[in-house]
Amino acid sequence: MVWKISDETAYDTLGEEVRLTINGVPIRAPQDQSLLVTARQNGFEIPTLCYHRDLPSEGHCRLCVVEIGEYPRTQIVNSCTYPTQAGLVVQTHSETVLQARRLVLELLLARTPKAKLIQEMAAAHGVYESRFKTDDPEELCILCGLCVRTCREVVGVSAISMKGRTPDKQVATPFMEKSPACIGCGSCAFVCPTNVIPYTEKDGVRTIWGRDFELQACNVCGNYIAPKYQLEHWAKLTGDPVETFFVCRDCR
Amino acid sequence: MDLPRLETILSRYEGEPWDLIPVLQDIQDSYSYLPKDELQVVSERLNVPLTQIYSVATFFKMFSLIPKGKHQIKVCTGTTCHLKGSHRVAESLSHRLGVEVGYTTKDMQFSLDTVGCLGSCAQAPVMMVDDKYYGRTTVDKVPKILKLYK
Ligand code: SF4
Ligand code: FES
Ligand code: FES
Repeated sequence: MVWKISDETAYDTLGEEVRLTINGVPIRAPQDQSLLVTARQNGFEIPTLCYHRDLPSEGHCRLCVVEIGEYPRTQIVNSCTYPTQAGLVVQTHSETVLQARRLVLELLLARTPKAKLIQEMAAAHGVYESRFKTDDPEELCILCGLCVRTCREVVGVSAISMKGRTPDKQVATPFMEKSPACIGCGSCAFVCPTNVIPYTEKDGVRTIWGRDFELQACNVCGNYIAPKYQLEHWAKLTGDPVETFFVCRDCR
Repeated sequence: MDLPRLETILSRYEGEPWDLIPVLQDIQDSYSYLPKDELQVVSERLNVPLTQIYSVATFFKMFSLIPKGKHQIKVCTGTTCHLKGSHRVAESLSHRLGVEVGYTTKDMQFSLDTVGCLGSCAQAPVMMVDDKYYGRTTVDKVPKILKLYK
């Protein structure tokens, strides 16, 4: 299944090792690492939509919920933002958790009825229809914020952000105008799980977020590499002359 | 752009990213909205990306990206006021001012908005004009209140 990211190998020791139990199994894990990572490292799969190992977790989708504590004083928390702590008792698949996840999926299905990823995930959890109202049947954005975070944290330019608040929240450029910060790299479109960010490439021009970017062709093979603008951004970051980047990876 | 005016506001703060909301509040108070050019300067000074400022500015109801009227009317549509029929007060205001909720009259005198709980539920239904609260408002009282500002 597409959304499974089980290759949690990055064992970043955030704190000293502590003991806790997940689904009744005693486990050791570094303190403060997210419960999600701790669970996955130990083979407990938790579905997620807005988590990405290379990005800070912001807890948008709520699909990663787990139950912590002991009956009857248990609590539902986002595993992607909850820290691993000594003595925690965690349930990743209790009835309460599964019910919460089904609810989340029902809500998402109502928001984006045509998004394939959501349909698949919902079906995998036994959710085939939603009792909630759909505002826009064509809506595909699940507001996971992966695009916004990728642009800000990985690309490092922050050209887009969330605008407004629910129910009108959406991903947008500042003032819904052409974003001067955008370098046309397309990372947001690449990372989007539902492929909703419009993006075209035609005759050496890439259009994204309402802006046209001239693409640079490789000096050797002539294939397009990336927008000139993006290469200039790289040159600024590395301090190399921009021409260094005019040869594509294959020709180097 | 009215740079001295903005500078006065900015000079009250240390220029750290966490000053963003107070700075925006001061700009909103002084300009009655958040002008784009000013936000650009704020972004550079506080070292906060414009995207984040835009996110904050569009999230909170107290901020507006378009100029607000001289007087700002806020009708509470919180739970208590809602139950006490505040939507009728809002309707009446909208009728009398000839402007829809969320907009400003053509003469830029009044902006009409609905807001969440104003914290005076005992006086429901509550409305505010600028900084002044009007409790137990009724449709009858609307013209009298408006008259005070005309
Ligand atoms: S545009 Fe895509 S990546 Fe961005 S918030 Fe929406 S679904 Fe997520
Ligand atoms: S993965 Fe935790 S809230 Fe989305
Ligand atoms: S609901 Fe209107 S003041 Fe509380």
